[in-house]
Amino acid sequence: MKKNEMQNIDYKTALNQALSEEMERDQNVFIMGEDVGVLGGAFRVTKGLLGKFGPNRIIDTPLSESAIIGYALGAAISGLRPVAEIMFIDFTSVCMDQIINQVAKIRYMSGGQVKVPLVIRTPGGFAKSWAAQHSQSWESFFCHIPGLKVVMPATPYDAKGLLKSAIREDNPVMFIEHKLLYNVAGDVPDEEYTVPLGMAQVKRAGADLTIITYSQMALLSLEAAEILAREGKDVEVIDLRTLAPLDIETVLNSVKKTGRAIIVEEGHKKVGMGAEISSTITEQAFDYLDAPVKRVAALDIPAPFSKVLEDRVRPKLEDILEAARDIIG
Amino acid sequence: MDEELKMGSDRELLPYLKEMIKIRCFEEKILEIYSQGQIAGMCHVCIGQEAAAAGACAAITGNDFIVSTHRGHGHLLAKGGDPRTMMAELFGKATGCCKGRGGSMHVIDVSLGHLGANGIVGAGIPMACGVALSIKYRNSGQVVLSFFGDGATNQGVFHESLNMAALWSLPVIFVCENNHYAVSTNISKACPTPDVADKADGYGMAKTVVDGMDVLAVHEAVCKAVQNARKGKGPAFIECKTYNFQGHGTSNDRPYRTQEEENKWRQKCPIKNFKERLIKDKLITDDEYQKIVTETAAMLDEAVKFAQESPWPDPASAGQYVFCE
Repeated sequence: MKKNEMQNIDYKTALNQALSEEMERDQNVFIMGEDVGVLGGAFRVTKGLLGKFGPNRIIDTPLSESAIIGYALGAAISGLRPVAEIMFIDFTSVCMDQIINQVAKIRYMSGGQVKVPLVIRTPGGFAKSWAAQHSQSWESFFCHIPGLKVVMPATPYDAKGLLKSAIREDNPVMFIEHKLLYNVAGDVPDEEYTVPLGMAQVKRAGADLTIITYSQMALLSLEAAEILAREGKDVEVIDLRTLAPLDIETVLNSVKKTGRAIIVEEGHKKVGMGAEISSTITEQAFDYLDAPVKRVAALDIPAPFSKVLEDRVRPKLEDILEAARDIIG
Repeated sequence: MDEELKMGSDRELLPYLKEMIKIRCFEEKILEIYSQGQIAGMCHVCIGQEAAAAGACAAITGNDFIVSTHRGHGHLLAKGGDPRTMMAELFGKATGCCKGRGGSMHVIDVSLGHLGANGIVGAGIPMACGVALSIKYRNSGQVVLSFFGDGATNQGVFHESLNMAALWSLPVIFVCENNHYAVSTNISKACPTPDVADKADGYGMAKTVVDGMDVLAVHEAVCKAVQNARKGKGPAFIECKTYNFQGHGTSNDRPYRTQEEENKWRQKCPIKNFKERLIKDKLITDDEYQKIVTETAAMLDEAVKFAQESPWPDPASAGQYVFCE
């Protein structure tokens, strides 16, 4: 694609464009959440949308997460396509009944009588010393629940394309953004495009090792791959982009080629995404493995406040490099 | 008097009686076949509470919505639910309204504007409000009835929902069936104010406390609230004081209340009293009443037969309806 057909924008602007374009495209799309109006959201993703679409479609709510999700669900099953914002993924615990017992299950419990075109946008992951209640990665919770789709883009391109697909989706989508990615820029086409849900992407091809990752850890893994390349190690990096449904075929095809796999995630190691993907590789591609599958993840400790403690707990570039050097030998 | 209310009070009264009898007979049939082991899972019947469902649902049209609770058979029947597909659902059969995926606590019929019962107390309230938000957004002139019990008013999401509904003047009517018990806990141990409806005061919301054993009282209160909601005057809270003769579930073990209390409430039976009123006013004879009961029982026997003879869902289809394709 020619340079003049691309725009270099940051992740939050890409998300903002996706919201704006989908709201222009479909009158039934609206946004509700805390501080999404005049402030433009805690991370300014909805900045400017109030002026463009008015208060009937950009709805500032009281501080009531359960009602935000419950109201959005009611709207979704009666003809609208809400995009609900929960300010931090850590706050989804407050509305977990609505997400898990209601949003995820009403279609099933009704024998398919309703569709739930509902997107729940929320940021996860470590930031910088935001401590134990604002730094968590709960994607594995949501992946555990039948009835939810879980999307975690790493780049502005994927953020925009996946959010547009999520809004057009007739099933509920947990759209998990990353606080440290909001200001990261990347190339995004000027023209209309979408990225389909449920498709991983090989972001870097390689022959010696497969790193399976997503969200901010995808960028860190690509950085690690460049360093490892200088050591003669050829690393393939798969960005899952959608965690549920998981594009396991892309993962298995890569692992069958490289014979080695590391899963890099920001959530806790215990019962996390890495455990799930590792066991699936073992079940379905064991004979192709040259080494045990490794996991790089956060320690099983709450996110600490102090910078030095936080650095100890979160997964870092060095952890990925160490795991890669160890597994390739 | 407003035209709608006038219609309500002058309307033929027999349909209210028939509706309550249908609900009563349905629930009694459920207890009978449950005790025989013909249906599994949990069942919460609304025997004694029929006036709330019948009176409230008669105040709205087929184009309006309701959102129900774990004690929801009566609500769906009053919204026009088909006893055959409901019964089949309770049997877990493929012909059930939820194709065997939901059961008693999750009966739903979207085609009738019934948007779900719920196994989580209070959880349907924000959904009902969301439907009301959608109505306002689409300017469609519809209303929503949000049914719930006294227990639900102690859930946080109840308060969040009322707050936002009042703030945004949504066309939702909160119909609280105060049957005085959350399982075994009497409302006096769970609510510090004389009436549950007092909770609406905190949200500046119109409230009405009615005799929930009187189908016409419920109907009139809901009619007024519906009228206001349609005019854009926002939500209302209606507390129907009522009683569940069976107790929380299917068990007959009710150590939390006295026989004397139960007898007192049974004297207020919404069907018995309404029937006697209609007989006194010469709108119906006892023979005619018995005929309605007999016909209803036969209709429900047929519904049970339909359920019994219906096929089980294909086990291989268990994953169907998790997602839209």
